[in-house]
Amino acid sequence: MEFLNYFDNVFTIYHIALLVGGTFAGIILGALPGLSPTMSVALLIPFTFHMKPESGLILLGAMYTATVAGGAISAILVNVPGAPANIATALDGHKMAQDGKAKNALHYCFISSFVGGIFGVFILIFFTPPLAALSLKFMSTEMFWVAILGITIIATLDSKSVIKGLLSGLFGLMLATIGEHPTNAVERFVFTDHLESGVHIVVGLIGLFAMPQVWNLLENFYAKKNRVFSATGDATLTQSFKLVFSKLKALSIGSIIGSVIGIIPGAGGQIAGIVAYDQSKKVSTNRENYGKGEPEAIIAAESANNSMVGPSLIPLLTLSIPGSPTAAVLLGGLLIHGIFPGHDIFTKNPEVIWTFIDSLIIAQILMLIIGLFLSRHSKWIMKVPDNYMAVGILLLAVFGTYSIQNNYSDVLIMFILGTLMYFGSKAGFSPVPVVLGLILGTMTEEKFLLGNLIGNAKGSSFQHFTSGTINIVLISLCIASIVYGVYSSRKSKKIKA
Amino acid sequence: MKIINVTKVALLALASMMLLPVQADYPEKPIGVMVAYGPGGATDFQARIATLASGNADLIGQPIYILNKPGAGGRTGWNWFASEASKDGYMLGSYNVPHFIAQSIVFDTKYNINNLEPIGNWGADPAVLIVGKDSPFNTVGELLAHAEANPGAVTISGAGKFVGHHIAFLQFAKASGANLTYIPASGGVDALRMVKAGETVAGFNNLSDSARSAADLKILAVADLARHEYLPDVPTLMESGVDVDDSSVNFRGLMVPSGTPQDVIDYLASRTPAMFNEGKTQGKMKSTNSPSRVMSRDEVIAMWNERQAYLTELLAGLK
Repeated sequence: MEFLNYFDNVFTIYHIALLVGGTFAGIILGALPGLSPTMSVALLIPFTFHMKPESGLILLGAMYTATVAGGAISAILVNVPGAPANIATALDGHKMAQDGKAKNALHYCFISSFVGGIFGVFILIFFTPPLAALSLKFMSTEMFWVAILGITIIATLDSKSVIKGLLSGLFGLMLATIGEHPTNAVERFVFTDHLESGVHIVVGLIGLFAMPQVWNLLENFYAKKNRVFSATGDATLTQSFKLVFSKLKALSIGSIIGSVIGIIPGAGGQIAGIVAYDQSKKVSTNRENYGKGEPEAIIAAESANNSMVGPSLIPLLTLSIPGSPTAAVLLGGLLIHGIFPGHDIFTKNPEVIWTFIDSLIIAQILMLIIGLFLSRHSKWIMKVPDNYMAVGILLLAVFGTYSIQNNYSDVLIMFILGTLMYFGSKAGFSPVPVVLGLILGTMTEEKFLLGNLIGNAKGSSFQHFTSGTINIVLISLCIASIVYGVYSSRKSKKIKA
Repeated sequence: MKIINVTKVALLALASMMLLPVQADYPEKPIGVMVAYGPGGATDFQARIATLASGNADLIGQPIYILNKPGAGGRTGWNWFASEASKDGYMLGSYNVPHFIAQSIVFDTKYNINNLEPIGNWGADPAVLIVGKDSPFNTVGELLAHAEANPGAVTISGAGKFVGHHIAFLQFAKASGANLTYIPASGGVDALRMVKAGETVAGFNNLSDSARSAADLKILAVADLARHEYLPDVPTLMESGVDVDDSSVNFRGLMVPSGTPQDVIDYLASRTPAMFNEGKTQGKMKSTNSPSRVMSRDEVIAMWNERQAYLTELLAGLK
């Protein structure tokens, strides 16, 4: 219970000010496309340069916590996920917003983010040593199977037809192969200098979600189609709390899956969100409503991506191995303050580390309060006229894309990809499998090639990929996921027939 | 008509400003440093530390800001820097030797050491040969004996292709004659994870990062000419009987594109060593475990040329 001794350090006026400021700014930044948690933390690190280590880490921790939740705001209100972690939230969250239930959706999002987030921090506090050892067992082959597990659910995630889902997923996988070959550094499909560094995941995310939205809004505006906005679902806070806590299955699936994904090196929120969404769909009694504005879907996805935060720090703090892309950036933030991760970090720098962890708990609470407060004003965004909204999203998309790598080519890629997606969506294709293909394709290819090189050196690559308890468990999960997908689509066909 | 005239005059004025050699009062506004890697990485944060003191009047006299242009192992940033960055001394770039030289030899890049001018060097991080803490190998000799008995089975991780770790691997394999397998991870952190987890038999990684993780690793040797102050008990590869020099040491420093006025280059070159050596900067380098090595422009020119010649030869068969 050592963590209880350091709350005093958090409750100084300076640190509370940092936490409130960091959380508020984090929610807003998180909601802007392009300023993903990874990007926001990276940009903030130089600002912590002149602070004391614990103050700097408190600010970074608050930012990490709040941006992950903030990304859901834009996912729900304008169908543009603020970060890859919020893709699954957009599926049902935006449907709810279109039905006039934006405020309810935001309530569910912040309450379940809070529950998942606190769960994750307690995992960090109580289970660091055993989970750090487990995290080391996830090597290239295990990470490859995790990525494959993600790929098995691409097709069924958000498509009217499995064929269109598969085609979109394939397109995403192909986008992932543009640029440098992961292990022999040869350039592939680089027809122009603009594609030299491939399609960045967040560039793809912004293009595929934001641009079709811009064109749709403009189309509506010129067609003089008025959006009917009726605030039907003005749930009170008590009702929202009651609803979230009545969905214990979705909450616990989200929190547990998020925590497990958190300790896997490099996996992070984007995978936690969709895997939790898919698993909760499979066991839900409301599964037919997923994709049509089902609160359970939001609860599973958002509790997962926030519960990932705490556990992603487990391998980071003790082994210097980041559990998520954002944790990788946070490593730089630790080193800059002379805090070196290691098994003795809790004995060598107890003051700094425990203060940091305690501040994560406070950050979750502040995120809940500030988030719920902001939800009250969501109707203003829903009422913005289409033409203003289109211009606003376009500006944010261009600005957000450029800021990722300070590269003009990214803006061009974003624009072209997004415009293609607009026409694709007219033909019934969804951006979700495309962006998941892009994210998972990068990971699958890299991990496969590395595992293959190591396996060949050991004698047999096939054996290398199929031996070991975790590999076998993951392979079984992949098979189960495919079999279940086929089975459930047949069943629903029969019902229709 | 009037508007066109005004535009013409403005354009002429602009053109003449660009033709004039840069002014005596350089620098009169903040200076950028392009870093070819993302924020938060070692090159990024060392660049920020090394340029902390630039605002002092007796040093550069203007604050320095960092512009990150990551992508394609650094090539996106370096290509941009050589072909598009302004040549007026207000945009400097950071280099990583041997990475940027090796990549300009292997790939079709818009930059090479002939269209870039070094300013000064702030750091040098040698590669070290590491194995996991539970590894049966305690010396370079034992590792090589195992490699000889099992050709190709010894896997060695590093932070990708054509970076310092890869150069160290190539030199090590060539000098020892052993049949080894290089595993190019997606970055130094993942390469280190592979060794800690026992996924690869060994690895080449940064001395600074490995020294910090000493509890999870055994550091067998340093790929440098002399032992390092952070690891006084670890022998060099040469001491261990493998003839590998310091060609893989990761040197970091500042440069400008060719075409920058000579007086600007001279101004920067005369003041950067003092900036890198400033007391607070050196303190911060030490507390973050970033090995410092300050070198003047002339020393860097000699080092670049030597590396260019050596790497061209080493990489000849790998293009």
